[in-house]
Amino acid sequence: MISGFILRALEGKIVVAIAILLGVAILVPALNLLVPAGSAFHIPTYVMALMGKYLCYALLALALDLVWGYCGILSLGHGAFFALGGYAMGMYLMRQIGSRGVYGNPELPDFMVFLNWQELPWFWHGFDMFWFAMLMVLVVPGLLAFVFGWFAFRSRVNGVYLSIITQAMTYALMLAFFRNDMGFGGNNGLTDYKDILGFPVQADGTRAVLFAMSAIMLALCLLIASGIVRSKFGKVLVGVRDAESRVRFLGFRVEHIKLFTFVVSAMMAGIAGALFVPQVGIINPGEFAPANSIEVVVWTAVGGRGTLIGPIIGAVLVNAGKSFFTGAFPEFWLYALGGLFIAVTLFLPKGIVGTIQHGFSARKAMKAAREAEKGRDIGTPMAQAAE
Amino acid sequence: MLIRFFSLVFLLLSLAAPSLAQSDPKPLIDALGKADFKQAEALIGQIAATGDPRVVPALEAFAEGDLYVRKSDNLVFIAKPAGAQFTLVDPMTSEEAGQVAKAAVTKIRVNNNLRRVIRSALGGLTLLSPDRAVRLSAADAVLRSPSPENLELVEAALAKETDAEVKTRMEEARAVSLLSSDRSVEEKRAAIETIRNYGGRDAIGILRAAYGSVDASLQPDIDDAVASIEGELALWDMAQNVWYGLSLGSVLLLAAIGLAITFGVMGIINMAHGEMVMLGAYSTFVVQEVIRTNAPGLFDWSLAIALPVAFLVTGAVGLVLERGVIRFLYGRPLETLLATWGVSLILQQAIRSIFGPTNREVGNPSWMSGSFGFGGMTITWNRLWIIAFSLSIFVALLVLLKRSAFGLQMRAVTQNRRMASSMGIRTPWIDAFTFALGSGIAGIAGVALSQIDNVSPNLGQSYIIDSFMVVVFGGVGNLWGTLVGAMSLGILNKFLEPSVGAVLGKILVLVLIILFIQKRPRGLFALKGRAVEA
Amino acid sequence: MNTIAETRTKSLLYLDGVSVSFDGFKALNSLSFVVEPGELRAIIGPNGAGKTTMMDIITGKTRPDTGTVLFEDSIDLTKKDEADIAQLGIGRKFQKPTVFESHTVWDNLELALNRSRGVFATLFYKLSPDDKARIEEILTTIRLTHRKDELAANLSHGQKQWLEIGMLLAQEPKLLLVDEPVAGMTDAETAETAVLLKEIARTRSVVVVEHDMGFIRELGVKVTCLAEGSVLAEGSIDFVSNDPKVIENYLGR
Repeated sequence: MISGFILRALEGKIVVAIAILLGVAILVPALNLLVPAGSAFHIPTYVMALMGKYLCYALLALALDLVWGYCGILSLGHGAFFALGGYAMGMYLMRQIGSRGVYGNPELPDFMVFLNWQELPWFWHGFDMFWFAMLMVLVVPGLLAFVFGWFAFRSRVNGVYLSIITQAMTYALMLAFFRNDMGFGGNNGLTDYKDILGFPVQADGTRAVLFAMSAIMLALCLLIASGIVRSKFGKVLVGVRDAESRVRFLGFRVEHIKLFTFVVSAMMAGIAGALFVPQVGIINPGEFAPANSIEVVVWTAVGGRGTLIGPIIGAVLVNAGKSFFTGAFPEFWLYALGGLFIAVTLFLPKGIVGTIQHGFSARKAMKAAREAEKGRDIGTPMAQAAE
Repeated sequence: MLIRFFSLVFLLLSLAAPSLAQSDPKPLIDALGKADFKQAEALIGQIAATGDPRVVPALEAFAEGDLYVRKSDNLVFIAKPAGAQFTLVDPMTSEEAGQVAKAAVTKIRVNNNLRRVIRSALGGLTLLSPDRAVRLSAADAVLRSPSPENLELVEAALAKETDAEVKTRMEEARAVSLLSSDRSVEEKRAAIETIRNYGGRDAIGILRAAYGSVDASLQPDIDDAVASIEGELALWDMAQNVWYGLSLGSVLLLAAIGLAITFGVMGIINMAHGEMVMLGAYSTFVVQEVIRTNAPGLFDWSLAIALPVAFLVTGAVGLVLERGVIRFLYGRPLETLLATWGVSLILQQAIRSIFGPTNREVGNPSWMSGSFGFGGMTITWNRLWIIAFSLSIFVALLVLLKRSAFGLQMRAVTQNRRMASSMGIRTPWIDAFTFALGSGIAGIAGVALSQIDNVSPNLGQSYIIDSFMVVVFGGVGNLWGTLVGAMSLGILNKFLEPSVGAVLGKILVLVLIILFIQKRPRGLFALKGRAVEA
Repeated sequence: MNTIAETRTKSLLYLDGVSVSFDGFKALNSLSFVVEPGELRAIIGPNGAGKTTMMDIITGKTRPDTGTVLFEDSIDLTKKDEADIAQLGIGRKFQKPTVFESHTVWDNLELALNRSRGVFATLFYKLSPDDKARIEEILTTIRLTHRKDELAANLSHGQKQWLEIGMLLAQEPKLLLVDEPVAGMTDAETAETAVLLKEIARTRSVVVVEHDMGFIRELGVKVTCLAEGSVLAEGSIDFVSNDPKVIENYLGR
């Protein structure tokens, strides 16, 4: 059963993408660690850190694509799941600081000592254990998605309404996490990490492993997403996107389908956040900002929603562009990003990958149509296909 | 020495026989020169007891620390600095008495306790003024700092008073002074009743302060009075909260009402709506700048001038946006959302490039500054104007939609585009102008919001989620829903704030709206098919 | 003469006294209507007569204000939602052909197959030889075998209608509700659709809503005429079309 799922997931070009990701997971750390700094093939640590960041963003975009591209749910709050995963990881990293903080308290993180707290809040317990923190990386975003989705999908909140309330959700979370009494470091968030699993976070070796993990997790999630999309479930998912009531009248529980996808997607976003935090060294409430979540949407749109590699390509391209612009013309970046939003929706609604794929399938359809015409068909409205 | 002796004798005499005797206050004032704080306090009482209005400048100067004693003859003067010297002024007649070197006089020291005593003494003195307003404020002064010394003065004034309002105030002043005097229990009981009627937080303070010193039999009366005042205060608090809520609601209404047109009526998700508000606020800034440099006299009119300017500017931007971007995306709401978000980024950055990233100062015209009291509430003029303004925008829009030809065509297009089009309505232009109208109204809202918020490139961002919440909560496509939605969200917010704090209150409101949308996905006043327009 | 109780024991679908109103507008007014097992029934009526609303109520999209809706004599449909009702064996074809345009014809049918519809069952679903045979059989029935690998978006209007009917067949319903199946079809397609529906009705009950009187005559079945939310007349096509009330309300003179 599972093997069938995996085999189907690996069919076609996706196996190439996964192989490339795994290759990157080995090659980039190797070029960073093994090749001497003077060599032309050496990848400096800061470049690797930047690429690691892009891979986390790519995973976030993939997660969003699963709900938006395949299920038609435009979530403007996926940054919240990303941030929650990040906070779970951040809490683990804070607990690892131990007595090396400024105040030297072995139990409480610095910001709690600063706020005069006497003991660890209940929800910080267990985060000193790596396995528990990693479980929470999945459980917390998943649970939020489950509760939110259970209410929203059951009462059939749809389309823009859903988008708006997901945005309100991340906005409310942002306000909440800015509060000091929430116990997550307020404005400053969680930072000044020292170790992860006993290895220093800043060390090149640790960074290389984190990078490799990002690439591997992206490959794994790509595999899972591919499996989902290509299963019968995935076809139902697209059915929900295109003709929700038809799916309902065929006897499927649309709310369960959406809920499952939403939760899986939220967990992927959580993983992305958890990998992101040790690589950038901080998580703060700004990650919940509605603008961040919308930016993820544009990565996905640029790459091509409803395709598996589109969001990955989109996330990497847009963020590379952002790194370039904010370095070279900082004034210009928001114009470029704004223009990108407009241009993609107006001129490239299928995104880069979608447009290329569409070109292929249009040719195939043309061929099929020609063959069909030889049969007894009344004629195919090809104009429709070419729209 | 002689004078000091004289004044001490006088002091003793007057203490022995406290009365309103019309004695000469001059020696009393001079006695201040050598008095310590305690003696000065008694002297102030005596000075006030003369009831002579001529002592007012001296007492005022004393409180300000401008009262000096001349070393040569121990006479007291009001001194005004004149270069390196002082100009001396007679404390009673206000006549100049020549200039002296600074070293020739000694300042009569004053402390906060004395200032308080002086204030209440002044209050007592002016109680007899022929000017009604002065008497009223004097009674207020006594009311604020009651002391038994004022009692007789107040009673004397009360006997002569004819004006009803002043009389009531004086009675209250008498009551608070009486409570700390040594009058009879019965009189005090009546006083407690008067204070209860006076009400307010001060009354509770006065009653509580008197609690220990009065006869034990009066204590239940005080308890009753305090309880009743507290009940009344709670009511006023609630009224004040409702007022704050309405004020916040009107801000929300202003921000959301343009959206009610573009999103509610046309179904366009305009994420750049907040930026339209922001453009309106910047238009106000520009108009004020032009007025400041060219015609400062017109400043009080700046908002009136800014209104049409903001409407036209943002309306034009809206028109360009609709023709340039949105019209290609009709029927694809999620794409519209993304494209307009892009527009919002560009507009923000453009404003940042032109005006800089920091807050810009937009001034309040005089008629929008200040506040007034209403019962137990404080009402600021700018909030009052904004409530009035938002309601008039609402009414104007309602009339435009229901009564004008444009409104009729607009409703026709939104209900049945093809039918409207075949009846000769130019639907693309109706779309464009409807969108421009919604944007223009956002601009007008920006003019009003510039008065109470920071004018920065991020101004719009802070309103966009709230405005969408209002429209969705109130019910899409229904202006009344927007009104009720805005006001109820505003009031809900302000009622949550005292108990849970502003941020948590806002979070709770958001969560409540999210839950509410689950229950009623189409909002409070959902448009229900054909029955609505009939 | 049948008593009501006797009618009930035999019926597949039983509606009695069903009323529903939207903001004061009575879409259905005490509608009573019975479908026997294996029956093919046509429903006619002017616009706003409540035909689509009736289907909405049977399929769980709308809840009636009052009235009884029973399936197979015992199952109260007013307590169930669309997915439940579909799983009970009631299929519905919409007025506007609604198929999954970005899926192939084959996938459309595969999705409609009456198999376990849970999340995990569909995630790990594998096409069995039985299912394959069933899909091929349906493809033949709806005359789309030659286009099975094409996207549904590329089908002609009539073919989309057939594909949708095919999807309903794959669902293996006991009762099929078909809303205007021949709207926008050519005459040839219309005739073929009539044959198709009659074929289908051999193994299950079918309720067809249609405006096309020629098509209904071709079906040659019992006709119910609705007007203003209740039954105006019921009987053979000739009986109904000669009823003065029907002529007044619907057919016109």
